[in-house]
Amino acid sequence: MALKMVKGSIDRMFDKNLQDLVRGIRNHKEDEAKYISQCIDEIKQELKQDNIAVKANAVCKLTYLQMLGYDISWAAFNIIEVMSASKFTFKRIGYLAASQCFHEGTDVIMLTTNQIRKDLSSPNQYDTGVALTGLSCFVTPDLARDLANDIMTLMSHTKPYIRKKAVLIMYKVFLKYPESLRPAFPRLKEKLEDPDPGVQSAAVNVICELARRNPKNYLSLAPLFFKLMTSSTNNWVLIKIIKLFGALTPLEPRLGKKLIEPLTNLIHSTSAMSLLYECVNTVIAVLISLSSGMPNHSASIQLCVQKLRILIEDSDQNLKYLGLLAMSKILKTHPKSVQSHKDLILQCLDDKDESIRLRALDLLYGMVSKKNLMEIVKKLMIHVDKAEGTTYRDELLTKIIDICSQSNYQYITNFEWYISILVELTRLEGTRHGHLIAAQMLDVAIRVKAIRKFAVSQMAMLLDNAHLIASNTQRNGICEVLYAAAWICGEFSEHLEEANQTLEAMLRPKVTTLPGHIQAVYVQNMVKLYASILQQKEQSGEKEAAQEITQLMIERLPQFVQSADLEVQERASCILQLIKYIQKLQIKEVPVAEEVIALFAGELNPVAPKAQKKVPVPEGLDLDAWINEPPSDSESEDEKPKTIFHDEEQRHRHRQPEMDEEELARRREARKQEQANNPFYIKSSPSPQKRYQDTPGVEHIPVVQIDLSVPLKVPGMPMSDQYVKLEEERRHKQKLEKDKKKKKQKKEKRGKHHRHNSLHTESEEDIAPAHHVDIITEEMPENALPSDEDDKDPNDPYKALDIDLDNLVSGKPSRPLADSEKLPVQRHRNVEALKSPDSEAPPVEKKSKKPKKKEKKHKEKEREKGKKKEKEKKVVEEEERKKEEDLDFWLSTAPPPAPTTQPQSEPEASAAVVAEPQEVKREEREEHEEEEDEGKKSSKHKKKKHKKEKEEKSKDRKKSKKKSHHSEEETAESVQNGTLEDEPLPPMSSYRLLAENPYVKMTYDIQGNLQNDSQVTVSVIFENKSTSFLKSMELNVLDSLNTKMLRPEGSSVHDGIPVPFQLPPGISNEAQFVFTLQSIVMAQKLKGTLSFIVKNDEGSTHEKLDFKLHFSCASYLITTPCYSDAFAKLLESGDLHMSSIKLDGISISFQHLLAKICFHHHFSVVERVDSCASMYSRSIQGHHVCLLVKKGENSVSIDGKCSDSTLLSNLLDEMKETLSKC
Amino acid sequence: VSNNHGKPRLVRFYQRLAEEVQQQIIRETFHLVLKRDEHICNFLECGRAVPSVGAASPHPDPPLSSCLHSLFGGSDYKLIYRHYATLYFVFCVDSSESELGILDLIQVFVETLDKCFENVCELDLIFHMDKVHHILQEMVIGGMVLETNMNEIVAQVEAQSKLEKAEGGLSAAPSRAVSAVKNINLPEIPRNINIGDINIKVPNLSQFM
Repeated sequence: MALKMVKGSIDRMFDKNLQDLVRGIRNHKEDEAKYISQCIDEIKQELKQDNIAVKANAVCKLTYLQMLGYDISWAAFNIIEVMSASKFTFKRIGYLAASQCFHEGTDVIMLTTNQIRKDLSSPNQYDTGVALTGLSCFVTPDLARDLANDIMTLMSHTKPYIRKKAVLIMYKVFLKYPESLRPAFPRLKEKLEDPDPGVQSAAVNVICELARRNPKNYLSLAPLFFKLMTSSTNNWVLIKIIKLFGALTPLEPRLGKKLIEPLTNLIHSTSAMSLLYECVNTVIAVLISLSSGMPNHSASIQLCVQKLRILIEDSDQNLKYLGLLAMSKILKTHPKSVQSHKDLILQCLDDKDESIRLRALDLLYGMVSKKNLMEIVKKLMIHVDKAEGTTYRDELLTKIIDICSQSNYQYITNFEWYISILVELTRLEGTRHGHLIAAQMLDVAIRVKAIRKFAVSQMAMLLDNAHLIASNTQRNGICEVLYAAAWICGEFSEHLEEANQTLEAMLRPKVTTLPGHIQAVYVQNMVKLYASILQQKEQSGEKEAAQEITQLMIERLPQFVQSADLEVQERASCILQLIKYIQKLQIKEVPVAEEVIALFAGELNPVAPKAQKKVPVPEGLDLDAWINEPPSDSESEDEKPKTIFHDEEQRHRHRQPEMDEEELARRREARKQEQANNPFYIKSSPSPQKRYQDTPGVEHIPVVQIDLSVPLKVPGMPMSDQYVKLEEERRHKQKLEKDKKKKKQKKEKRGKHHRHNSLHTESEEDIAPAHHVDIITEEMPENALPSDEDDKDPNDPYKALDIDLDNLVSGKPSRPLADSEKLPVQRHRNVEALKSPDSEAPPVEKKSKKPKKKEKKHKEKEREKGKKKEKEKKVVEEEERKKEEDLDFWLSTAPPPAPTTQPQSEPEASAAVVAEPQEVKREEREEHEEEEDEGKKSSKHKKKKHKKEKEEKSKDRKKSKKKSHHSEEETAESVQNGTLEDEPLPPMSSYRLLAENPYVKMTYDIQGNLQNDSQVTVSVIFENKSTSFLKSMELNVLDSLNTKMLRPEGSSVHDGIPVPFQLPPGISNEAQFVFTLQSIVMAQKLKGTLSFIVKNDEGSTHEKLDFKLHFSCASYLITTPCYSDAFAKLLESGDLHMSSIKLDGISISFQHLLAKICFHHHFSVVERVDSCASMYSRSIQGHHVCLLVKKGENSVSIDGKCSDSTLLSNLLDEMKETLSKC
Repeated sequence: VSNNHGKPRLVRFYQRLAEEVQQQIIRETFHLVLKRDEHICNFLECGRAVPSVGAASPHPDPPLSSCLHSLFGGSDYKLIYRHYATLYFVFCVDSSESELGILDLIQVFVETLDKCFENVCELDLIFHMDKVHHILQEMVIGGMVLETNMNEIVAQVEAQSKLEKAEGGLSAAPSRAVSAVKNINLPEIPRNINIGDINIKVPNLSQFM
């Protein structure tokens, strides 16, 4: 022994500890990876040793390596070993490592359950603490389910240190195992008033997290929080509460009103900036939720803005940042109050911190008006110059454009100014936003007619100086503006003064270095330019000059024909041929200008970019109808607008004689610049549209006569449409007229800055609709898919926590939730009462089914307590109403909040009284959800009562069954397995009696474990039948060679396993024990003993209870579904042994029979034909078991096939036994 | 926590992420933070201010979304950091935490470290990562703030190390001897270069008894 110790020490001498490792790594900077892999090898060696200290050391080092990014999951098992060390030192290392590297996918994590449970109940508070901390990081749904009860107990631990940790952990448990929320909630709420501030703040923390996700369920806690808010001095807690209120107020405006006063008080009184900030934030949230209709909040707004100003003026950058952030929230609802601080915000633009500047920019966006726009943009332009070469400059640029173009250039009074701003912006080098500027230029030039002349001159200038812009195309996004410039110059060439010069500029060889899509536009627009020059020259009779220009084109175009870009090449060669032809004509002195110009004739009318796509929109209009009123009503109305709209679209199209299609396409193309497929090309050939438009029939469509504005209004509406959505459906002419008037007014406003002359009115009108269609496009999605927003992410882990807690909160005394909902301790086979006997009862409407069940349950409880059901009902109702009223009362009255909530001890107290069968839980839950819906409507309650009477009989029957624990779990499985009869199944339970004495009753169930082929889990339910307290329960079995109980490491085979809980009188709880086995082909019996201490008033005594644990072969089977084809293959394979049994005198129905086999022997039905069924199951070690069950008149025969003959014969024997019992 | 060169000194994730992802996040977080001057504010919103680098994010704190991508699109995570001498303390938090509150929390954390290590410096953190973890665990568990009262934290940490010492008591002596032997007889084992480290080493050996 001594020698061994010495050996151990020597071994350890060569081990590195963490410090050595760190040092080593620092000394091996060059070959760190190599050194570490060497270390990992060492660690692997160390982990193989028995000495726990060595292991702990190794694990500690691994934790460090994990931080450096090395995967250490391979050591998970060793970590668990260290976790289970008895010494705190090692345990802590183990838990730390676990918390760093365990996760839901870690398969060994399930081995930790018992260890953690043991640690949680350790007398040493730090053991518990460490376990809790660790658990917080790697809790899995399984762990959460298994340990929820233990953690719940810890929530009322004597030490605040444990309490607060337990409370916090509960949040993690809730997330993983939402079912635990309801039962745990009363206690959580109780912790809000814990004497220890740490525990209190932990509870606040947890509830805030919960409420943040599903605020509505926590509204009823508002009074309590309100009290806390007004009484607490802990800033942390205050901040949390205030944040919580911020989330609650949108749901309950009255709450907001009530909050304003104390919040303003806090704002005035507090010195803590963090608290101040949160207060202001919440006040803003409150104000937003109140928004309109509350006139006298200007005071609080002023206060907020003032305080924010202080924050922004503060030298601390953090405060400044947050101040701006909050300011932007106010801006949304109360822009005016913010606008007065424009100076301050402009100052912030000078700040050296980028994030502050960005925030300030955001604010500016909302602050511009017609008056200050130019001033602000000027300021921004200065910043643009300063901020060279940063991403910030790009941000500025987009912001400038955003600011100017917001709501259809609402604030721009002078478009010449805007164009020059855009041109100035093109001087920026290396910006990524060239296309943005280009899009703006196009947009403005097309939509604002009056500006075209100016725009064209500016663009010509740009083209002239193209070499500056395009100097280094590679990294330069700005050359995109040339695209716009070329197009504008070409399209509006009639405004061009020096057309020749521009054309030459476009024909420079340098142009060929531009990106392809820009060149393509160049080529196309050259021809337009050329055409207009040609016309000009011909009109003035300068034939020479005209020929010169043709010659120039022919000389220069070939450089584009050689372009690598397909689009450019194609266009260029086509145009080159065209011009060559023109040249021929020119030589013959045929005037060609008219014909050439005809290629491009036609007014360009702005059409909404997606106008064509919008055509089918009216079909979507019945969506609107659907939302607002029953579809049948609106159908007829729907059709009208549809036809109107279609007509209108057609007319609209034909009204603009030539090239409308092309223009439209061109416009679209302008927006999607990269689009390679350019429809321009069509144009140079005699266009099909042209011919089409020439056909007389089309011309005669009543285009001109119809007042265009009328149909246009139909899709139009938008401005007013916000508040006339309903009217939209009834589009009577009158209303259209009205709208028209409205719009005209607006247009006139617009008109002013467009300085349009009378000739242009029509096109001006076109502009307006274009905008309106735009707006409609934006709105459509909103109207059409309102449900989208409602859909929460189904994967949202928080959704599961959306559980109504109101019932709990009020703590109804008559409804001992806590007892029936006590945390499930493991449920096997999710057996649900899908069909309860009461379905035999006289038929009732579907609706009442659930309530019925409910009633029943209520009744039982009442009876147990010797109360009358009617009374209870009333009490419940009253409670509910009272609670409602209380909240209302609290909300509507002045500060002193009425103590609305019931004493919490009540559910607690009742918790101890009865343990309900687990089966009840689910229903109970449903019940509450139902209750929530129906709760307040007493009429429904009456209905229920009515039903109840009918139910009397079946209820009684059921009640008697319920007396015996767990006996009434029913087989849902048979249903799942495909038997579809509605025949009710008798109750079955998989729990068998293990042993019983006057103190305790044990029932057990054995479950195979899929993950592990040599383990089964035995779940034992302990029920305390006495009036004394049972504690220190210890379960021990005598291991056989084949079957052994899995004991914690280090304990001998003779040690028992402590049952991880104590049992108050009347309570039952479930514990699990894992057994390992080698062979599973034989049934096994193990003898065992339960020892425990009975404690009552007279003192405590030791007691023992012997039992025999029967491992039947069926318990090694796992219900596995199997498809019939797979089943058939299996049977054909021929490597199965066969055996069969025959039973006589079986009278139960075939379905019952199958259900029994399914339930007790873990089979699943593969196929069933009449009175013949094939069934399948699998053992934990992978044996296939196939059965063919046939039922005769009075007998049953079962043929079995299995890969192991012993297993099969044992199974069949067991089955015989089961079936002979019935 | 990482140092001025981006070497992580303490990493704590409250949401499961693969090791590579963790490292990626640490690197990017650090780059984001490093770029910023001394005198600018200590908040960084992952959602916007982040240029196209890739991922920005976490370090200690609340529920981080499991995939990097969602850290960007409209996420409400913020980086809140503080810079002390050679160390950056970066927390990534969601909107349920108060920004200023977290700044205070970092301050408390650092002060607590200072108390526990007596004039904390980077070396302390390097060599006693486990201890730092334990301190952090007393403050934040499972991504939620547990305790903000410094005295309380210190008391708990000390109580625990006392417990540890008591356990190590028996075997502490031999282990110390062993370490002495190790340092004397086995010079080839990479040892500390500077004397400061030795001082740190001795009192804590009991941990590995």
